[in-house]
This record gives sequence, structure tokens and C-alpha cells, in this order.
Amino acid sequence: MRHGQYRFIAGFLAIPVALYAFFMVWPYIQDVFYSFDEWNGLDTTPKFIGLGNYSRLLRDDNFRGAVVHNAFFLLILPVVTIVLALFLAFMLNVGGRGGGAGVQGVRGSSVYKVVLFFPQVLSVAIIVILYQSIFQTDGTGLANAILIKLHIISAQNPILWFNDEHWVRWCLLWVLVWSGFGFYMVLFSAAMQSIPRDIFEAALLDGASRSKQFFRVTLPLLWDTVSVAWVYLGFIALDCFALVYALTPGPGGPNHASQVMSTYFFHTAFQNGQYGYACAMGVALAVFSLILAVIQLRVTRRDAVEF
Amino acid sequence: MSDTQETPGTADLSRRRLLRAGAAAGLLAVPAAGLLEACASGGGASSSSSGGAKSATNPFGVKEDAPLEVVIFNGGFGDAYAKFDEQMYNKTFAKAKVQHVSTQKIQDQYQPRFAAGNPPDVLDNDGANMMAIGQLSSQLTDLTDLLDAPSLDIAGKKVKETFLPGTVDQGTIDGKFVMLPYNYTIFGFYYDATVWDAKGWKAPTTGQEMLTLFKTIKAAGVAPFAYAGHFPYYMGWPLCDWIAKVGGNEVSVAIDNLEPNAWKDPSVKTTLDFITEIAKGGYLYPGTQGLTHTQSQQALIDGKAALLPCGTWLSNEMKATTPATVKLTIIPVPSLTSSDKMPYGAARASAAGQYVVPKAAKNVAGGKEFLRIMASKQAADKFSELTNSLTCIEGAGTGVQSSSMVSASAMIKNAGTNIIQWHFTDWYDDLYKEFQNQIDLLMKGQTTSDKWIAAVQKAADKTAQDSSIPKHKRSS
Repeated sequence: MRHGQYRFIAGFLAIPVALYAFFMVWPYIQDVFYSFDEWNGLDTTPKFIGLGNYSRLLRDDNFRGAVVHNAFFLLILPVVTIVLALFLAFMLNVGGRGGGAGVQGVRGSSVYKVVLFFPQVLSVAIIVILYQSIFQTDGTGLANAILIKLHIISAQNPILWFNDEHWVRWCLLWVLVWSGFGFYMVLFSAAMQSIPRDIFEAALLDGASRSKQFFRVTLPLLWDTVSVAWVYLGFIALDCFALVYALTPGPGGPNHASQVMSTYFFHTAFQNGQYGYACAMGVALAVFSLILAVIQLRVTRRDAVEF
Repeated sequence: MSDTQETPGTADLSRRRLLRAGAAAGLLAVPAAGLLEACASGGGASSSSSGGAKSATNPFGVKEDAPLEVVIFNGGFGDAYAKFDEQMYNKTFAKAKVQHVSTQKIQDQYQPRFAAGNPPDVLDNDGANMMAIGQLSSQLTDLTDLLDAPSLDIAGKKVKETFLPGTVDQGTIDGKFVMLPYNYTIFGFYYDATVWDAKGWKAPTTGQEMLTLFKTIKAAGVAPFAYAGHFPYYMGWPLCDWIAKVGGNEVSVAIDNLEPNAWKDPSVKTTLDFITEIAKGGYLYPGTQGLTHTQSQQALIDGKAALLPCGTWLSNEMKATTPATVKLTIIPVPSLTSSDKMPYGAARASAAGQYVVPKAAKNVAGGKEFLRIMASKQAADKFSELTNSLTCIEGAGTGVQSSSMVSASAMIKNAGTNIIQWHFTDWYDDLYKEFQNQIDLLMKGQTTSDKWIAAVQKAADKTAQDSSIPKHKRSS
């Protein structure tokens, strides 16, 4: 009986596992192999150069810059997104003024929920086109036009947004947060709704203020969900490829100010044709991702609260 | 039935274990260096060029029943012209089975075919997903015998004698003609003749005239100059043209060949100082340093800016948003000094597009014959008719009439053999990127001519010293 069951399961698993191994695992292993080669992606015989690509990686200013920019997103993106999403989820679910019906969201919360989730529904291509217009750098761009109307900037000196080294990372951060927070808001809302109402009501009866309620009750009970969100956002911060590629000059500019590992990897492989070197970057990126995952597993090892 | 009870934490535990196992597998793979060569690519393949009899009408000896695989990039030019050419091929070689493939994913689909030693017979390497030609060139058939073959329908001329100036150069890498750059483009400054005629502005022929005119234009409330700052190479065109005009062709040869201190030629500084005067003189359309090509081109068409660097595709690209009154007109970049080595009429013209025959193709002779068909007057006329663009075949497609095309034809005529060519832009992507980066800084007023030269020279030296980047040479 039990034997048959294993055969049954194995029968289902064999094909997907084989496909996964061939199309996912095998390329990963190949990437590691190629990272020891000097290879232009076309020759049938790559040249073995040992650790050459890795020592070069350590000396590459552009790559180091890219790591720093990824770190910028890694530090700020999860915090900003999670704080914003938590705040909104709290207001939508339990932040309303208690009118007698107990714990509830602010008035019109069902409308807000849809509106706030909306950016999440847009595809990256649409987000890019939207923000190319919003952050268009002459006086006709939406952001510049408003600032000029308000006399905050002069029409002769509009802000260059994605094309200004000091603004570009903050603009990208804005787009990342704007397009991503809706998902986490819904995630946290769902988690909050699974918390029994009596806990909130007990807190209310004990005279807890809204902020006390949030920090002492809601947040601890949501800790698992928050840590999952943090990992997702961490991976997004390590990637950032689509937006950087589509929105910044270069891409990765101006003056390398928005170069991230994935775009530099892409440039090295597909524009420069240095596939061996690019594979070494791929390995580095994989190592960073694994480190992130390990840190997260350590941090979240504590027991979940049962209710 | 089942004794696998779901307990809290099981899912998390297994995920943890899986991650650890994955990390271990990754670590194990690293020391297995012995396998390094084994897992790479396909084996070395040899070409099996079919041997038909050579004759005056079949100069490459195409075997009449050998199949031909033609891969066309399906972009702005579509692929209808290639189907026409394939029909022409089938008229001569009725027994040959011609396989037509049109795609936008050149690199994704065909790089593996190269790596496996099994590429198609003709490949149009183009578009956002093209392969870097600097890397690809070693895999391509030398097409010198195509140049010397008789033209299909232009009597008494060899194929190379039917080309517009610069075509052979543009298709040559390391002294070998390896690609047919079929699409002919010229570059310069564009203005709207309707506006300029109404205001009495005259096309400047010297740098001094240009600055004087810019003052007049600015006083009239129009921004004198716009360019696509989001893609700084749009400004790289006039910049390079000026270097070549002031310093002569040998400067561009030295720069393309990565010769030491090539960027320190005085012509470069003269050019950069002039551009600095434009950038810092308040002549730029506000915000143009961040505009995309279409945004900046729209500023020209809307009359917000007066002059803009671009190429002959401009009118076609902006067709949908150009009012009928706008008359886009192209002129060469002005001469900067009285001692310029090249005349005012000199212009950058480039035959672009990379139609290649891979070395390892099964039907190399057929591939060459297909390119000879493309280079016929009949096929080139058809191309212009279908795409509203010019080919590298002289005199083909003259039926196309528009202010942009008429001024472009005049410019080609005035330039004669004074054609400016640049190659580092295609050959060395890292250098080209830093070059664009420095242009961006220059146009924003964040660098000086001297710092610009030092930075670009440094990038050129870095490329020259990097053994993993294949090097190329041009002789003229």
C-alpha cells in the first residue's frame, strides 16, 4: 500500500522534476562552469582561465557601484513598502473609530482597498510608459509641470528625474514602492482578518490607543507575514532589472548612478559578449541571494504565536 | 489512508532543508573543474558548402537544389521585401526549397545555433536582440567575392560598383567584407523649413554662424537646440562628425583603432569647447538632457526647438504626429574652423543593417547569391517602395519624394566621397557607453573638455588592454 503510494507520487513528479532539472538546475550548474572561462558566447570552445573572472569582478568599479545601489534598494525598499502597507492595512481593517459596532476599518475602506490595489494590476510596460510621461524632463512632464505651476522650480530649469544622478535612485524607489505596496497591503489585510476580533476588542476595552493596539497586538501577530514580505521585497531589491532597464538612460545611468547587478550582468553578457565574466556575476548574484535567504531564515526562526 | 499528518512548522522546515540542500549542491559543483570543458556548447562543426558549377550567371556555384534558410529581422522594414527577394531566388533556382523565417529574437534564437555549429544560410542581424557584431565577425563568411561578382541587373558593373560611398567600409571588419549593410542612412541637423523660411533663419555653414543664429532664435522665444538626452549617442553623432571634419579622417581612424592618445588630438578639444558653448550658453531646450528621441523630436516638430541632430529615418518615425505643414529638412553639421580638414558638405552616412552569411552555414554559395539578389536594382527598388527608405544601391528608390528625402539626396550628392565613418561605436560597447556617459555630463555642464578627454581616453585604453575584448582595425 505504502509502496504503491510512493510509486504513484513518483509518477506524478518525474516529468516536472526532469523538466525543472534540465531547464533550471542544469543551466545554473553550466553558469558556474562558464564563470571559469573566457567565452564570447559563440565559440564552440571557451577558454579556461580559472578564477580570472572573479578577481576581475573584485576590481571592477562599476560592479562595486552596482552592489552599493542594490544595497540601497535592499535597505530602503522593504522598510518603506512594509511600513506603508502595514499602515494602510491597519487603517482599512481595524483603524476605524469604534462607533459601537466594535472593530472596523475607516469609513469607505472597501473603496480605498480597490483604489490602493490598482497599481499592482498594471503590467511593468504600462508602469514604464506612465512614468516616462510623469517624469518627462521638459516642462510638459506631469511632475515638472506641477512644480513649475507652483513656482517651486523655474521653467528654464526643470528637474531631470531619471536623468539626474541625484534623483534617479529615489525616482526608481518611488516607482517600486508605488507599484508594489498594493500587494502587501492585501497580504497584511488578509493576515489581520485572520486575527480573532476578540483580541482587538479586549485591547480596546483595556483602553489601548490605536498606536498601542498596532504595536502591541497587530504587529506581533503579523510577524510571520511581515517576514515573508521582507524576503519577497529583498529579492525584488536584488533584481530591479525591468524598471532600471526601461526607465534609466544607459541603462544604468546617468553616470552609472542607477547601475544594479542585474543590468550590469545583462550589459556584460548581451552587449559586450563577455559571457564568462557575466556568468561570474551571475554566481555572485546567486551568492548574495542565498545569503539573504539564510539571514531571513535565522531571523524568523522564533516560534509563531498560536491563536 | 495516509499517515502524513500536517504539523505546524513542517512546511517551513522542509523549505529550510531544501534551501540548505540547494546551497550544498552549488558548493559541490564548484570544485568539479575537470568537467569544465565537457559541458560547454556543441562540438566544432565544419561547413559543407555545396558544390554546383560556377558560371557567369551563377558566380558562386550555387547547387540548384540546395535548400536555403533565410532569417529576417521583422522590425521597422517588415519582411515583405525579403519574400520578394526569395521569389527572385526561386526563379533562378526553381528546385531549391527556400525557408523564410521572420523574427525579432535574433540573439535568443540564433546564438545557440551558432554555438552548436548549425547556423542559417542568411541572417539579418538587427534589432534590440541582435548579436554583437564584434563578437560575431569571426563566425562569418568573407564576402569579398560577392563584391567582385557582376551585378544581377546593372549591366557591366560589379556589385561593389553599384554601392553608395561608404558601404564597403561599413561592411568591413578586420579587412574582410563580412556583411551587407543594406539600409542607407545619413546623419545631420534637422530643422522645419516652414518655420525657418517664415522667420528668415538661414541654415548655418560655420560654427560662428550657428552661434549667431542661436542668439536670434533665442530672442524670438524659441529654444535653439534640442537632442535626445536620454540616449546621449544622438549628440555623439554631431560630436564625432565635428571631430572628423576638424581633424580629418585620420583622427577617426586612430580613435577607432584605439591608438594611444587618439582622443587627445586637438580637434577633439575644439569640438568639445564648441559644444560647451552651446550647452552653457542657454541654447538648449529646457529639460532636453533627459528627453527620449521621440520626445525631443516632437519638440522640434511642435516648434519648441529649432535644430536637432538625427538621421534620415526621422520623418518616417514621426509620421503619425507630424502636421502636413512641417517640412523636415536635413543639413550637414557646420564647419567649426577655417582650417577644417574636411569640407562643409562632408557628412556621416552609414549603410546600416547586417545581412550576413555564417561560415558554418550549409549553403554558403546560396547565401551569397541571395545577397547578390538583394543588391540588384530590381530588389532595391522594391525595398524602397515597400519601406519608404533608401538602400545602399546607388540610384535605387529615387521615386520616393518628400522634403526630408529630397534634402537627404542633395546632401548625399554634395558629400560625394567625403563620407564620415565611425566604428568604435559598434566595436567596443564599454568604450561607447563611457563616451555617451561623458557626453551626458558635458551637456549638463558637469564636466570640462579636458576632463572629458581624459575620461574617454582612459576608457579607450582600458578596452585596448582588455584581452577578452576582440580587437578590430580599419585602414582608411
